[in-house]
Amino acid sequence: MADRQTLTESGSGGELPGAGAETAPDLPFGAPIGAEAARESAREATATAAVAAASAAAVRRGGRFRGLLPRRSGKLVTGLVIVGAITLFGLLGPLIAQPPRDSNNPALLPPGPEHWLGTTKLGYDVFSQLAYGTQGSLFIGLVAGLVALVLGGLFGVFAGYFGGIADEVLTLITNIVLVIPGLPVVMVIAAYVQNADGLGPLARSSLLVALVLGITSWAGSAVVLRAQARSLRTREYVAAARVAGERPARIIFVEILPNLVPLLAAQFIFGVILAVLGEAGLSYLGLGPTGSITLGTMLNDAQTGQAVGTGAWWWFVPPGAIIAALGAGLSLINFAIDEVVNPKLRLAPENAKRQRKATKAGKGVADTGAFA
Amino acid sequence: MTAQVTRPAVEAGSLRAEGLEKDFRLRSGLKVRTLHAVRGVSLELEPGRTVALVGESGSGKSTIARMFAKLESPTGGRILLDGAPSANRGRGLAAYRRDVQMVFQDPFGSLNPFHSIVHHLERPIRLHHPGLSGAEVRERAEELLERVRLSPAAKFADRRPHELSGGQRQRVAIARALAPGARFIIADEPVSMLDVSIRLGVLNLLAELQRQERLGVLYITHDLATARHFSDEILVMYRGEIVERGPSERVILDPQHDYTKTLLDAAADPDRLGQLRDEVRREAG
Repeated sequence: MADRQTLTESGSGGELPGAGAETAPDLPFGAPIGAEAARESAREATATAAVAAASAAAVRRGGRFRGLLPRRSGKLVTGLVIVGAITLFGLLGPLIAQPPRDSNNPALLPPGPEHWLGTTKLGYDVFSQLAYGTQGSLFIGLVAGLVALVLGGLFGVFAGYFGGIADEVLTLITNIVLVIPGLPVVMVIAAYVQNADGLGPLARSSLLVALVLGITSWAGSAVVLRAQARSLRTREYVAAARVAGERPARIIFVEILPNLVPLLAAQFIFGVILAVLGEAGLSYLGLGPTGSITLGTMLNDAQTGQAVGTGAWWWFVPPGAIIAALGAGLSLINFAIDEVVNPKLRLAPENAKRQRKATKAGKGVADTGAFA
Repeated sequence: MTAQVTRPAVEAGSLRAEGLEKDFRLRSGLKVRTLHAVRGVSLELEPGRTVALVGESGSGKSTIARMFAKLESPTGGRILLDGAPSANRGRGLAAYRRDVQMVFQDPFGSLNPFHSIVHHLERPIRLHHPGLSGAEVRERAEELLERVRLSPAAKFADRRPHELSGGQRQRVAIARALAPGARFIIADEPVSMLDVSIRLGVLNLLAELQRQERLGVLYITHDLATARHFSDEILVMYRGEIVERGPSERVILDPQHDYTKTLLDAAADPDRLGQLRDEVRREAG
């Protein structure tokens, strides 16, 4: 490149001279490059200082994953508290409760000091059943969520990144799985494997139910992840990684996957909700893991024991309430993660608040340019 | 191909495109249309020289850049590095990438928001110099940051891209292109997304590194003014073909092809705009 160092600012772009003058009010056209460079570094320095000041605290706090963490909001805190409480109950409850299948109690006792949540028709302690059932449901939810996440991630990300024939094949499989109605298939598979020989103790275990739920529920997240991976694939940093000589596997796992983390987390949580509800549905129909206790098997017992008819509300309300609370709590966390993926959502409540305030203050909001 | 370019003494090594072609097949429903993005383009990069490729949007400039960077494979013609056809896979491709690197247009898109600045420099160093220890790689990465005037390097190294300004990001992108030890840099509109006021700083940096390292640079731009000031030779591209080529001054001051003249007329020139304004005022008054 040449040493001609008298290029002026107005000549550097296709801009009108007026535009140049606006950005550099203190410089005449034809200012030498030395001044130009000095001004640029000053500009960048101030810009950096501002940015650094704003983010210094943030960097100190969290390191590289901070940008991926959801902001602390009412939704997130409420969701975490609910899910945390249920998880703690599932982990610690069984330690303090009596054995769940101990029938040496009076039958159908209402809640009282002796049995906090009463007893069932067979004399089982409901509190104990609930604690073990919560643990069982959470286990199924986690395993099924993980299985769905891994399958959805593999199908979605690989299809999205590689494109072409691989995409066609993987998307075809995904679409087929997607349109198969979920619960009926799960019922058929569950009914089949329960009677299948050769599975031994696995046949009626909660692990098997979790696997069945997992491998029938990954297609939705595969579709979402494929779309996002396709979009990330065309980003210039992926092209830059290819130019640097990175291998495809490394590009997928190091360059693309971290940027999918919020989405993966959301899909995982969604998978857990789906599996907990699916298990409850299956168990209610009598196709659940009969060997272990889950919230679904409790509901099934209550149904077959005619809890509603005998007015034993303490038998079916607690498991139902825990399922509902778990679903709600996980959904709230999911909403908070959504705000990481889609920052527009983050602004919505604040804008609504501002709008309400403005209306209260008697100002027109039409021209203040509220969130549209 | 209007004028024979007189060259200074040729140094060893060159990056040459011969009759490069690229067709894209566009499918809309059942119809398949072929778009000839690049038709028979030949050009040569030599160490220590900057060649500018100018043309409007959609003229095929970026496709040429992507073919040089091996992000697209040409449908015709070939790319020769030091006289030998370049490889498209395996070790040959790795060797090619060590020599030929690219600076992308969008400094906001070309750095991964998840990774630190130093990651973007350490990866290419590691890939192309596998023998180095972790500390040596880090040291080299910080050296590169200093060379693109991001100092103190230690401070910038662990930042994330969103904490840097556009100009600073583009400096990182330039450092990344230098990281493998490249001899040829393909700069695809490196400053078009930057603020007008910081474009010159980035271009001056690129020019300085080019002089120090004797790099061969392909400077792709739609801006004739910077093409004239920063390059030795200008190629004008229109609809996939090179319609005019020659020494920078000659192309700008004495354009031969109609399209080049149109481009020059379209470029803003403060003096001429002043005249125009006066004329308009005179007529109005």
